[in-house]
Amino acid sequence: MNKYLLILVLLGLSFTATAQKYQSNNGYVKFFSEAKLEDITAENETARSIIDMETGELVYSVTITDFQFEKSLMQEHFNENYLESEKYPKSTLSAKIVDWNGEKGEQTVKVAGELTIHGVTKKVELEGNISYQDDLVKVSAKFPVALKDYKVKIPKIVFYNIAEVVDVTVAFEYKPL
Amino acid sequence: MKKIITLLAVVTLMAFNQTFAQSELMDLLSSTEEPDEGVVTATFKSTRLLNGHSIETRTNGTLEFVIGHRFGRINDGISQLYGLDQAFVRFALEYGVTDRLNVGLGRSSFGKVLDSFAKYKILKQSNSMPVTLTGLTTIAIDTREFPDGTPESDEFNFRIDYTYQMLLARKINSEVSVQLMPTLVHRNLAPGSEDNDVFLLGAGARFKASNRVAVDVEYYHQMRDLPENIENALAVGVEIETGGHVFQLIFSNAVQMIEKGFLTETSGNFFDGDIHFGFNISRVFNLKAGKE
Repeated sequence: MNKYLLILVLLGLSFTATAQKYQSNNGYVKFFSEAKLEDITAENETARSIIDMETGELVYSVTITDFQFEKSLMQEHFNENYLESEKYPKSTLSAKIVDWNGEKGEQTVKVAGELTIHGVTKKVELEGNISYQDDLVKVSAKFPVALKDYKVKIPKIVFYNIAEVVDVTVAFEYKPL
Repeated sequence: MKKIITLLAVVTLMAFNQTFAQSELMDLLSSTEEPDEGVVTATFKSTRLLNGHSIETRTNGTLEFVIGHRFGRINDGISQLYGLDQAFVRFALEYGVTDRLNVGLGRSSFGKVLDSFAKYKILKQSNSMPVTLTGLTTIAIDTREFPDGTPESDEFNFRIDYTYQMLLARKINSEVSVQLMPTLVHRNLAPGSEDNDVFLLGAGARFKASNRVAVDVEYYHQMRDLPENIENALAVGVEIETGGHVFQLIFSNAVQMIEKGFLTETSGNFFDGDIHFGFNISRVFNLKAGKE
């Protein structure tokens, strides 16, 4: 019996080891805040991600200081005061495609996992699109992030009006690892 | 029974394997990351520590309109509303030519002085560099009318003073930043029997009280026997940041807002109460749309 157990465990392990992993090093993340006074957009083109097409697991990591704003002072305040990037340099997602069928081609999928922003981790469920080819995987999604869920404080007296919920857009293109 | 236990064990292990794989993916992601240079930003909130410059430069395409105010002395008493009856102002436009090079043009009501400066960030603090180093040169021109026969009316050069500074700063942690300022002031026409050149060493620091409020101190020590009625400039202040503005409330024995003025012509004694209340406020405009 123990032999079987060992074989099964080894099988399980080897399954992960030989999984089809794809990596992206220049993923695109944008957030958009729509407010009365002014709309604020910031873009990041250095997001990094790995997706395992065997299991549907995916992780990404975004460097907060790499978000580029139109106004450099706004960028400084974003890092210094809002996201506190010295303390919390990265935002990460560790997730899994729900009921991943492993099929090639394009499809809409649900992703469930843990999103970490500003040092706060929350369980999230997102919807996204995936395009799976042998040498290229594309993933894109758009989801709202409520700033107060991640303890990002907006001061009462600000000259930039910031929306309480910002829209986040992500787009990754993966190559086989 | 034994079978069920085994099955359960396998399922548990498989499940464990799954979650383990996710963090394994994250480890894999981290392991392929290039190390961060760790360039330090926001050593100070403003391009001014209080009276003098900080190492900070405005980025490429940023235009800053700066209004500085200094009132009279607090110990002038109630008849002068503790100094508020008197007010001196400096308006300035300061521009980021590149992320490292800034230029500025200002006009002070005190002495009708026109000033301009160029400032260059030479080194940036990072993992491999312990400090940020910024060089500053300023020119101040006295534009008052002088009676005929005075040196200033005869020779334009006598209206001009220069200041050269090396600003050396280190952000020790996110709360505390310190700065040292070796300084040379050259006056083309020095008052009385004073030397034309005055060497100074300045020191200052910022302590963040919260994300939007900081306390600053700044002191310049003149490396000379002080002439009568001349003091070293000391300033303490509170800095409040409100989005696009930084607002500095200042208490200083200096009334002038340009280098040669507060460095070599400060006459108040801080500890006798010769303190001028004042503020700096700036509004930033971005002339170049788009990032970088």
